[in-house]
Amino acid sequence: MILQRFLVRLLTMAVTLLGVSVVVFVIIRVAPGDPIAMMLPPGASQADIDRLRALYGLDRSIVEQYFIWLSGVLQGNFGTSISLRQDVMSLVLNRLPATLELATVALLIALLIGMPLAILGAREQGTAVEAGIDVANGAALSIPDFLWGLALILLFGVLWPVFEISGRVSPRLELPFVTQFYLFESILRLRLDLTKDLISHMFMPALALALPLAAIISQLLKLSLKEVMTLDYVTLARVKGFSETSVILREALKNAALPTLTLVGVQFTFLIGGTVIIERLFSYEGLGNMAIDAVINRDLPLIQGIVLVFALIFVLINLAVDMMYALLNPRLRHG
Amino acid sequence: MTACLDISNLSATLSNGQRVLRSVSLSVEPGEVRALVGESGAGKSMIGKAVLGVLPPSVKIVEGSIRLEGADLGALSAKERRRVIGAKTALIPQDPLTALNPSRRVGPQMTDRLVHILGWAADRADKRVRQLLDEVHIREPDRVMRAYPHELSGGMRQRVLIAAAFAAEPRLIVADEPTTALDVTVQKQILRLIAQLQKEHGTAILFVTHDLGVVAKISQKVTVLYAGKVVEEADTAALFADPQHAYTRALMAATPKYTDPLASLMPVDEAVLAGLAAEIAIADHDWRPSLDRKSGHG
Repeated sequence: MILQRFLVRLLTMAVTLLGVSVVVFVIIRVAPGDPIAMMLPPGASQADIDRLRALYGLDRSIVEQYFIWLSGVLQGNFGTSISLRQDVMSLVLNRLPATLELATVALLIALLIGMPLAILGAREQGTAVEAGIDVANGAALSIPDFLWGLALILLFGVLWPVFEISGRVSPRLELPFVTQFYLFESILRLRLDLTKDLISHMFMPALALALPLAAIISQLLKLSLKEVMTLDYVTLARVKGFSETSVILREALKNAALPTLTLVGVQFTFLIGGTVIIERLFSYEGLGNMAIDAVINRDLPLIQGIVLVFALIFVLINLAVDMMYALLNPRLRHG
Repeated sequence: MTACLDISNLSATLSNGQRVLRSVSLSVEPGEVRALVGESGAGKSMIGKAVLGVLPPSVKIVEGSIRLEGADLGALSAKERRRVIGAKTALIPQDPLTALNPSRRVGPQMTDRLVHILGWAADRADKRVRQLLDEVHIREPDRVMRAYPHELSGGMRQRVLIAAAFAAEPRLIVADEPTTALDVTVQKQILRLIAQLQKEHGTAILFVTHDLGVVAKISQKVTVLYAGKVVEEADTAALFADPQHAYTRALMAATPKYTDPLASLMPVDEAVLAGLAAEIAIADHDWRPSLDRKSGHG
């Protein structure tokens, strides 16, 4: 039963990814801009152009190209980047950890800001404290992440320079890492000097990504909490003698978290989409930054690889949300 | 002897100034069951909520006092009040389907007051709850305590809630229409169960209901409430034998009888309602809330 559901799930994921790959493959080939023209110097002869087209298989029909590419992908070969002339797979895997770390830290910051504010707002219902939280949420939500990025650069990079504004790690540092997960590895190796340097690079882009999400979490969780707190079992807990804070934490939070969780899942995928611009803004060497270069250079294989990885991440996040949903809601467990 | 619960001159208003309780006085002696009857909107549940300190934020107590075994709740700090209410009272709620947290197992929901508020050891609390589950005739305590609320029937959940209410040996239980949400066959069992546990444990109960049939079965004293005002107060037997107030008589007449179903489905007479309106107008005319206690304990 469980195995069957798992297989169905896996199949839907595969279909989703296949659909994404078709759409991307077609769009980037139909869109104007010729990768071969970008590679050759002006004035190259038509013979040279044709030779290069044939080399990259661009002289065949789109359908043919797609199946050639797909059969490669199924064997783990995502092709060769046109602009960087390296294996797409290793390029993507090299950059992916940086983006995953950035997104994870952003999500943590969003939860660390959003959840306490939601709990505080629900505890202080109808007071100036709640009104203040509402105003802050409104502001955080109505300013997009890249604008927060600029504001943060101005604030913590220029006016009061406490954080690094560019790059992922200081270039002068010797890095002992064997994986690309610099931050996680530095924590595991207890190289806290490196952790500090990585955090000071990552903090501003992560915060810029986190602020709108934090506002959403805080606002939605506060609403759900307030709704749950009118329910009978919460009243019963108050009569039992529990304080307002422990009533929220023990009785209300888990049930109120369900609608928030769904939205956080959806918003987290937006956040990962947001890394593309934010990484560019902070010259952070992640997948998003590479994606922009790939698009500018019409690097078709690289774009396909990156988009497919992003799609895979989205699908996995959805899966994780569903699983956590079942974990939080006992009524869904045997359904 | 100190009354278990002593409410005197309790008045409450909504935030728009409308009065919802009008100088209500009533007391519950130790071990006594006092029924609080009235139609919906009469303020009977409001009194229960005021006693338990869980009034909605929109309702403010503007006058009067509530004493639990002599302790004036209004004079205590919020923290002390919570402790006193948690230690001395319990609630049997109206709707068993919404009174248990759907995401927590039943067992911890029954023992949490004993362990976290009263400071009992976990195994002692566990033993105590099993004993109470036995008293409410639940034969598989292990299964029930491990279950999530949605795995139990409505009647079963109400038994669990009754057991939990009695587990801490409270001095006073507020039963807020505990049978209204159940279907008729289960209602009787639950009522009998509450009466039985009340006798065995000697717990005072403030029994909020709109059902005079229930009043006759379970209570020794009755307070009849109309529009937040006490209109009659009597021993249950005396009230049924010889109701003094016209409204009480009208309520009794409105109770369905199998022998004469149509006659009993009469609304309260216009003249009686006019008389009540006049009584309330007079009470409100003389009413000047003292300004030293503006905020209630909600």
